[in-house]
Amino acid sequence: MKILIVDDFSTMRRIIKNLLRDLGFTNTQEADDGTTALPMLRSGDFDFLVTDWNMPGMTGIDLLKEVRADSKLVGLPVLMVTAEAKRDQIIEAAQAGVNGYVVKPFTAQVLKEKIDKIFERVDG
Amino acid sequence: MDHKPIHAHDQEFLTQLEECSNNLVEKLQSDNYNEASQLIHTLVEARDRHIFTSVGQLTRALHNAIVNFHVDADLDSEPPEVNNSEIRDATSRLNYVISMTQDAADKTMDKVEAVAPIAMNLGQEATRLRNEWHRLKRREITKEEFKELYNQMGDFLDQMDEGTQQLNKSLQDIILEQGFQDLTGQVLRKVISLITEVEDELVNLMRIAGQVEQVTGMATPGAAQDSKKAVDKSAAEGPQIHADRRDDVVSGQDDVDDLLSSLGF
Repeated sequence: MKILIVDDFSTMRRIIKNLLRDLGFTNTQEADDGTTALPMLRSGDFDFLVTDWNMPGMTGIDLLKEVRADSKLVGLPVLMVTAEAKRDQIIEAAQAGVNGYVVKPFTAQVLKEKIDKIFERVDG
Repeated sequence: MDHKPIHAHDQEFLTQLEECSNNLVEKLQSDNYNEASQLIHTLVEARDRHIFTSVGQLTRALHNAIVNFHVDADLDSEPPEVNNSEIRDATSRLNYVISMTQDAADKTMDKVEAVAPIAMNLGQEATRLRNEWHRLKRREITKEEFKELYNQMGDFLDQMDEGTQQLNKSLQDIILEQGFQDLTGQVLRKVISLITEVEDELVNLMRIAGQVEQVTGMATPGAAQDSKKAVDKSAAEGPQIHADRRDDVVSGQDDVDDLLSSLGF
Protein backbone atom coordinates (compact mmCIF):
# COMPACT_ATOMS: atom_id res chain seq x y z
CA MET A 1 0.00 0.00 0.00
CA LYS A 2 1.64 3.23 -1.23
CA ILE A 3 0.34 6.43 0.36
CA LEU A 4 0.92 10.11 -0.54
CA ILE A 5 0.67 12.62 2.33
CA VAL A 6 0.06 16.23 1.23
CA ASP A 7 0.35 19.07 3.76
CA ASP A 8 2.24 22.37 3.67
CA PHE A 9 3.48 21.93 7.27
CA SER A 10 6.23 19.35 7.58
CA THR A 11 5.28 18.79 11.23
CA MET A 12 1.80 17.65 10.26
CA ARG A 13 3.18 15.42 7.49
CA ARG A 14 5.47 13.85 10.03
CA ILE A 15 2.65 13.27 12.53
CA ILE A 16 0.46 11.65 9.88
CA LYS A 17 3.40 9.59 8.64
CA ASN A 18 4.08 8.35 12.18
CA LEU A 19 0.43 7.47 12.77
CA LEU A 20 0.25 5.63 9.46
CA ARG A 21 3.39 3.69 10.35
CA ASP A 22 1.80 2.66 13.65
CA LEU A 23 -1.17 1.42 11.63
CA GLY A 24 1.18 -0.69 9.54
CA PHE A 25 1.49 1.55 6.47
CA THR A 26 5.20 2.08 5.98
CA ASN A 27 5.34 3.00 2.28
CA THR A 28 4.57 6.72 2.36
CA GLN A 29 5.72 9.73 0.38
CA GLU A 30 5.20 13.43 1.00
CA ALA A 31 4.30 16.58 -0.97
CA ASP A 32 3.81 20.11 0.31
CA ASP A 33 0.92 21.21 -1.90
CA GLY A 34 -1.34 20.16 -4.78
CA THR A 35 1.02 21.44 -7.44
CA THR A 36 3.80 19.09 -6.37
CA ALA A 37 1.40 16.27 -5.44
CA LEU A 38 -0.42 16.03 -8.77
CA PRO A 39 2.56 15.02 -10.95
CA MET A 40 3.62 12.52 -8.25
CA LEU A 41 0.14 10.99 -8.29
CA ARG A 42 0.10 10.87 -12.09
CA SER A 43 3.50 9.20 -12.40
CA GLY A 44 3.52 7.05 -9.25
CA ASP A 45 1.32 4.08 -8.41
CA PHE A 46 -0.25 5.47 -5.25
CA ASP A 47 -3.07 3.55 -3.58
CA PHE A 48 -4.22 6.23 -1.19
CA LEU A 49 -4.08 10.04 -0.84
CA VAL A 50 -4.16 11.93 2.46
CA THR A 51 -4.40 15.70 1.91
CA ASP A 52 -4.82 18.95 3.80
CA TRP A 53 -7.19 21.63 2.42
CA ASN A 54 -5.48 24.96 3.07
CA MET A 55 -2.15 25.05 1.20
CA PRO A 56 -0.35 27.65 -0.93
CA GLY A 57 -0.16 26.85 -4.63
CA MET A 58 -2.89 24.31 -5.23
CA THR A 59 -5.30 23.69 -2.34
CA GLY A 60 -6.47 20.25 -1.28
CA ILE A 61 -9.98 20.74 -2.66
CA ASP A 62 -8.57 21.68 -6.07
CA LEU A 63 -6.24 18.68 -5.91
CA LEU A 64 -9.25 16.46 -5.14
CA LYS A 65 -11.13 17.90 -8.14
CA GLU A 66 -8.09 17.34 -10.40
CA VAL A 67 -7.81 13.76 -9.17
CA ARG A 68 -11.47 13.05 -9.84
CA ALA A 69 -11.16 14.63 -13.31
CA ASP A 70 -8.19 12.41 -14.22
CA SER A 71 -9.25 9.13 -15.81
CA LYS A 72 -6.27 7.30 -14.25
CA LEU A 73 -6.81 8.67 -10.74
CA VAL A 74 -10.60 8.89 -10.64
CA GLY A 75 -10.91 5.88 -8.32
CA LEU A 76 -8.08 6.83 -5.92
CA PRO A 77 -9.33 6.87 -2.29
CA VAL A 78 -8.85 10.35 -0.82
CA LEU A 79 -8.90 11.26 2.87
CA MET A 80 -9.02 14.93 3.75
CA VAL A 81 -7.29 15.86 7.03
CA THR A 82 -7.85 19.57 7.59
CA ALA A 83 -8.62 22.39 10.01
CA GLU A 84 -11.36 23.62 7.65
CA ALA A 85 -14.59 23.07 9.56
CA LYS A 86 -17.33 24.97 7.74
CA ARG A 87 -20.37 22.90 6.83
CA ASP A 88 -20.31 24.31 3.28
CA GLN A 89 -16.72 23.15 2.88
CA ILE A 90 -17.44 19.62 4.09
CA ILE A 91 -20.41 19.42 1.73
CA GLU A 92 -18.24 20.74 -1.12
CA ALA A 93 -15.58 18.10 -0.41
CA ALA A 94 -18.25 15.38 -0.29
CA GLN A 95 -19.67 16.55 -3.62
CA ALA A 96 -16.17 16.63 -5.11
CA GLY A 97 -15.85 12.95 -4.22
CA VAL A 98 -13.83 12.80 -1.01
CA ASN A 99 -13.82 9.39 0.72
CA GLY A 100 -13.31 10.61 4.27
CA TYR A 101 -13.01 13.89 6.17
CA VAL A 102 -11.06 14.34 9.41
CA VAL A 103 -10.92 17.72 11.19
CA LYS A 104 -7.75 18.81 12.97
CA PRO A 105 -6.85 18.42 15.74
CA PHE A 106 -7.53 14.70 15.46
CA THR A 107 -6.62 11.55 17.38
CA ALA A 108 -4.86 8.40 16.18
CA GLN A 109 -8.12 6.56 16.85
CA VAL A 110 -10.16 8.79 14.51
CA LEU A 111 -7.57 8.52 11.75
CA LYS A 112 -7.52 4.73 12.03
CA GLU A 113 -11.32 4.54 12.04
CA LYS A 114 -11.65 6.63 8.87
CA ILE A 115 -8.91 4.75 7.03
CA ASP A 116 -10.44 1.38 7.98
CA LYS A 117 -13.84 2.60 6.82
CA ILE A 118 -12.48 3.80 3.48
CA PHE A 119 -10.81 0.47 2.72
CA GLU A 120 -13.81 -1.50 3.91
CA ARG A 121 -15.88 0.37 1.33
CA VAL A 122 -13.25 0.24 -1.41
CA ASP A 123 -12.64 -3.47 -0.93
CA GLY A 124 -16.29 -4.33 -0.40
CA MET B 1 -3.45 61.49 20.76
CA ASP B 2 -5.55 64.52 19.77
CA HIS B 3 -9.03 63.43 18.81
CA LYS B 4 -10.92 66.73 19.18
CA PRO B 5 -13.68 67.23 16.64
CA ILE B 6 -12.71 69.22 13.62
CA HIS B 7 -15.97 71.19 13.47
CA ALA B 8 -14.93 73.55 16.30
CA HIS B 9 -15.55 76.48 13.94
CA ASP B 10 -19.07 75.46 13.11
CA GLN B 11 -20.68 77.28 16.01
CA GLU B 12 -18.73 80.45 15.29
CA PHE B 13 -19.62 80.25 11.62
CA LEU B 14 -23.29 79.58 12.36
CA THR B 15 -23.54 82.58 14.72
CA GLN B 16 -21.94 84.75 12.09
CA LEU B 17 -24.32 83.41 9.48
CA GLU B 18 -27.35 84.07 11.67
CA GLU B 19 -26.31 87.65 12.43
CA CYS B 20 -25.53 88.42 8.81
CA SER B 21 -28.74 86.95 7.47
CA ASN B 22 -30.84 88.96 9.93
CA ASN B 23 -28.96 92.07 8.90
CA LEU B 24 -29.31 91.15 5.25
CA VAL B 25 -33.09 90.82 5.45
CA GLU B 26 -33.25 94.22 7.15
CA LYS B 27 -31.07 95.87 4.52
CA LEU B 28 -32.98 94.29 1.67
CA GLN B 29 -36.30 95.31 3.11
CA SER B 30 -35.09 98.89 3.37
CA ASP B 31 -33.76 98.70 -0.23
CA ASN B 32 -30.19 99.26 0.96
CA TYR B 33 -28.52 97.20 -1.80
CA ASN B 34 -24.98 98.50 -1.37
CA GLU B 35 -24.72 97.38 2.22
CA ALA B 36 -26.58 94.17 1.45
CA SER B 37 -24.01 93.29 -1.21
CA GLN B 38 -21.23 93.99 1.29
CA LEU B 39 -22.90 91.67 3.79
CA ILE B 40 -23.07 88.87 1.21
CA HIS B 41 -19.38 89.43 0.62
CA THR B 42 -18.63 89.06 4.33
CA LEU B 43 -20.71 85.87 4.38
CA VAL B 44 -18.78 84.34 1.50
CA GLU B 45 -15.49 85.26 3.18
CA ALA B 46 -16.60 83.71 6.44
CA ARG B 47 -17.62 80.53 4.61
CA ASP B 48 -14.24 80.37 2.80
CA ARG B 49 -12.41 80.89 6.08
CA HIS B 50 -14.43 78.09 7.62
CA ILE B 51 -13.52 75.71 4.80
CA PHE B 52 -9.84 76.71 4.89
CA THR B 53 -9.61 76.14 8.64
CA SER B 54 -11.39 72.81 8.34
CA VAL B 55 -9.12 71.66 5.53
CA GLY B 56 -6.09 72.78 7.54
CA GLN B 57 -7.21 70.85 10.57
CA LEU B 58 -8.04 67.78 8.52
CA THR B 59 -4.63 67.86 6.86
CA ARG B 60 -2.98 68.09 10.26
CA ALA B 61 -5.04 65.16 11.60
CA LEU B 62 -4.36 63.11 8.49
CA HIS B 63 -0.64 63.77 8.83
CA ASN B 64 -0.69 62.69 12.47
CA ALA B 65 -2.67 59.55 11.71
CA ILE B 66 -0.24 58.55 8.97
CA VAL B 67 2.81 59.25 11.12
CA ASN B 68 1.27 57.01 13.78
CA PHE B 69 1.47 54.06 11.40
CA HIS B 70 5.26 54.16 11.82
CA VAL B 71 5.94 53.34 8.19
CA ASP B 72 9.28 54.56 6.91
CA ALA B 73 8.87 54.43 3.17
CA ASP B 74 10.33 56.02 0.06
CA LEU B 75 7.12 57.16 -1.64
CA ASP B 76 8.90 58.73 -4.62
CA SER B 77 10.10 55.44 -6.02
CA GLU B 78 7.69 53.40 -8.09
CA PRO B 79 6.36 51.18 -6.56
CA PRO B 80 6.83 52.84 -3.15
CA GLU B 81 9.63 51.20 -1.23
CA VAL B 82 9.08 50.39 2.42
CA ASN B 83 12.33 50.77 4.32
CA ASN B 84 11.08 50.10 7.77
CA SER B 85 7.67 49.57 9.30
CA GLU B 86 6.18 47.94 12.34
CA ILE B 87 3.97 45.89 10.05
CA ARG B 88 7.03 44.50 8.31
CA ASP B 89 8.60 43.91 11.70
CA ALA B 90 5.43 42.06 12.76
CA THR B 91 5.64 39.90 9.65
CA SER B 92 9.12 38.74 10.53
CA ARG B 93 7.99 38.18 14.12
CA LEU B 94 5.18 35.94 12.93
CA ASN B 95 7.58 34.04 10.67
CA TYR B 96 9.75 33.57 13.73
CA VAL B 97 6.75 32.02 15.53
CA ILE B 98 6.24 29.57 12.66
CA SER B 99 9.89 28.51 12.62
CA MET B 100 10.02 28.27 16.43
CA THR B 101 6.93 26.09 16.68
CA GLN B 102 8.12 23.93 13.81
CA ASP B 103 11.53 23.57 15.41
CA ALA B 104 10.01 22.57 18.75
CA ALA B 105 7.66 20.07 17.13
CA ASP B 106 10.54 18.54 15.16
CA LYS B 107 12.82 18.26 18.19
CA THR B 108 10.04 16.74 20.30
CA MET B 109 9.26 14.17 17.61
CA ASP B 110 12.99 13.44 17.16
CA LYS B 111 13.31 12.69 20.88
CA VAL B 112 10.22 10.51 20.93
CA GLU B 113 11.32 8.60 17.83
CA ALA B 114 14.79 8.11 19.33
CA VAL B 115 13.61 6.59 22.61
CA ALA B 116 10.42 4.84 21.52
CA PRO B 117 12.39 1.69 20.51
CA ILE B 118 14.01 1.60 23.98
CA ALA B 119 10.61 1.56 25.68
CA MET B 120 9.36 -1.03 23.21
CA ASN B 121 12.37 -3.33 23.69
CA LEU B 122 12.19 -3.10 27.48
CA GLY B 123 8.49 -3.92 27.31
CA GLN B 124 9.01 -6.94 25.06
CA GLU B 125 11.88 -8.22 27.18
CA ALA B 126 9.80 -7.79 30.35
CA THR B 127 6.91 -9.76 28.87
CA ARG B 128 9.24 -12.58 27.84
CA LEU B 129 10.99 -12.72 31.23
CA ARG B 130 7.67 -12.64 33.08
CA ASN B 131 6.51 -15.72 31.20
CA GLU B 132 9.77 -17.50 32.11
CA TRP B 133 9.33 -16.32 35.70
CA HIS B 134 5.84 -17.85 35.87
CA ARG B 135 7.24 -21.11 34.52
CA LEU B 136 9.88 -20.99 37.27
CA LYS B 137 7.19 -20.41 39.92
CA ARG B 138 5.28 -23.40 38.56
CA ARG B 139 8.59 -25.34 38.73
CA GLU B 140 8.40 -26.07 35.01
CA ILE B 141 11.98 -25.20 34.05
CA THR B 142 15.15 -27.26 33.94
CA LYS B 143 18.37 -26.46 35.74
CA GLU B 144 19.99 -25.17 32.50
CA GLU B 145 17.00 -22.98 31.72
CA PHE B 146 17.16 -21.58 35.24
CA LYS B 147 20.83 -20.71 34.78
CA GLU B 148 19.97 -18.91 31.55
CA LEU B 149 17.06 -17.07 33.15
CA TYR B 150 19.32 -16.06 36.03
CA ASN B 151 21.80 -14.46 33.58
CA GLN B 152 19.06 -12.92 31.46
CA MET B 153 17.51 -11.36 34.56
CA GLY B 154 20.83 -9.69 35.38
CA ASP B 155 21.19 -8.40 31.83
CA PHE B 156 17.63 -7.12 31.85
CA LEU B 157 18.19 -5.15 35.07
CA ASP B 158 21.24 -3.53 33.45
CA GLN B 159 19.23 -2.71 30.32
CA MET B 160 16.43 -1.38 32.47
CA ASP B 161 18.79 0.88 34.39
CA GLU B 162 20.41 2.30 31.28
CA GLY B 163 17.14 2.48 29.28
CA THR B 164 15.14 4.32 31.94
CA GLN B 165 17.97 6.81 32.36
CA GLN B 166 17.82 7.55 28.63
CA LEU B 167 14.03 7.75 28.75
CA ASN B 168 14.12 10.16 31.69
CA LYS B 169 16.70 12.33 29.96
CA SER B 170 14.59 12.51 26.80
CA LEU B 171 11.40 13.24 28.75
CA GLN B 172 13.21 16.11 30.50
CA ASP B 173 14.43 17.42 27.13
CA ILE B 174 10.89 17.27 25.78
CA ILE B 175 9.63 19.29 28.74
CA LEU B 176 12.35 21.89 28.17
CA GLU B 177 11.48 22.03 24.50
CA GLN B 178 8.01 23.34 25.46
CA GLY B 179 9.68 26.64 26.38
CA PHE B 180 8.80 27.75 22.86
CA GLN B 181 5.29 28.47 24.12
CA ASP B 182 6.55 31.27 26.36
CA LEU B 183 8.74 32.82 23.65
CA THR B 184 6.19 32.63 20.86
CA GLY B 185 3.50 33.85 23.27
CA GLN B 186 5.48 37.01 23.95
CA VAL B 187 6.02 37.64 20.26
CA LEU B 188 2.35 37.05 19.46
CA ARG B 189 1.26 39.41 22.21
CA LYS B 190 3.40 42.16 20.68
CA VAL B 191 1.87 41.59 17.27
CA ILE B 192 -1.63 41.62 18.75
CA SER B 193 -1.01 45.00 20.38
CA LEU B 194 0.33 46.35 17.07
CA ILE B 195 -2.80 45.18 15.26
CA THR B 196 -4.98 46.88 17.86
CA GLU B 197 -3.00 50.12 17.40
CA VAL B 198 -3.24 49.95 13.62
CA GLU B 199 -6.98 49.35 13.89
CA ASP B 200 -7.36 52.44 16.06
CA GLU B 201 -5.42 54.50 13.53
CA LEU B 202 -7.52 53.14 10.68
CA VAL B 203 -10.70 54.08 12.52
CA ASN B 204 -9.17 57.54 13.00
CA LEU B 205 -8.41 57.77 9.27
CA MET B 206 -11.96 56.73 8.40
CA ARG B 207 -13.28 59.41 10.71
CA ILE B 208 -11.09 62.03 8.99
CA ALA B 209 -12.18 60.79 5.57
CA GLY B 210 -15.80 61.13 6.67
CA GLN B 211 -15.17 64.71 7.74
CA VAL B 212 -13.43 65.55 4.48
CA GLU B 213 -16.53 64.33 2.65
CA GLN B 214 -18.75 66.45 4.88
CA VAL B 215 -16.70 69.63 4.49
CA THR B 216 -16.41 69.26 0.74
CA GLY B 217 -20.01 68.15 0.37
CA MET B 218 -19.11 64.79 -1.18
CA ALA B 219 -20.84 62.75 1.50
CA THR B 220 -23.29 60.28 0.03
CA PRO B 221 -25.07 58.49 2.82
CA GLY B 222 -25.18 54.73 2.43
CA ALA B 223 -22.49 54.59 -0.26
CA ALA B 224 -20.11 52.78 2.06
CA GLN B 225 -22.48 49.86 2.47
CA ASP B 226 -22.36 48.83 -1.19
CA SER B 227 -18.82 47.54 -1.08
CA LYS B 228 -19.55 44.40 0.93
CA LYS B 229 -16.93 41.73 0.39
CA ALA B 230 -17.98 38.88 -1.83
CA VAL B 231 -17.87 35.64 0.15
CA ASP B 232 -16.13 32.64 -1.36
CA LYS B 233 -17.71 29.63 0.28
CA SER B 234 -14.81 27.30 -0.29
CA ALA B 235 -12.00 29.72 0.61
CA ALA B 236 -9.82 28.18 3.29
CA GLU B 237 -10.12 29.79 6.71
CA GLY B 238 -7.76 27.66 8.79
CA PRO B 239 -8.62 26.60 12.33
CA GLN B 240 -11.89 28.00 13.68
CA ILE B 241 -11.28 30.06 16.81
CA HIS B 242 -14.91 30.47 17.86
CA ALA B 243 -16.48 27.32 16.43
CA ASP B 244 -18.99 27.19 19.30
CA ARG B 245 -20.36 30.63 18.41
CA ARG B 246 -20.94 29.99 14.71
CA ASP B 247 -23.63 27.79 13.24
CA ASP B 248 -22.00 27.44 9.82
CA VAL B 249 -19.10 25.56 11.38
CA VAL B 250 -18.89 22.03 12.78
CA SER B 251 -17.67 21.69 16.35
CA GLY B 252 -15.73 18.45 16.00
CA GLN B 253 -15.27 15.10 14.29
CA ASP B 254 -18.68 13.83 15.50
CA ASP B 255 -20.38 16.76 13.74
CA VAL B 256 -18.42 16.01 10.57
CA ASP B 257 -19.47 12.35 10.70
CA ASP B 258 -23.12 13.31 11.27
CA LEU B 259 -23.04 15.74 8.37
CA LEU B 260 -21.40 13.25 6.04
CA SER B 261 -23.79 10.44 6.98
CA SER B 262 -26.71 12.81 6.35
CA LEU B 263 -25.25 13.16 2.84
CA GLY B 264 -25.30 9.41 2.42
CA PHE B 265 -21.72 8.60 3.40
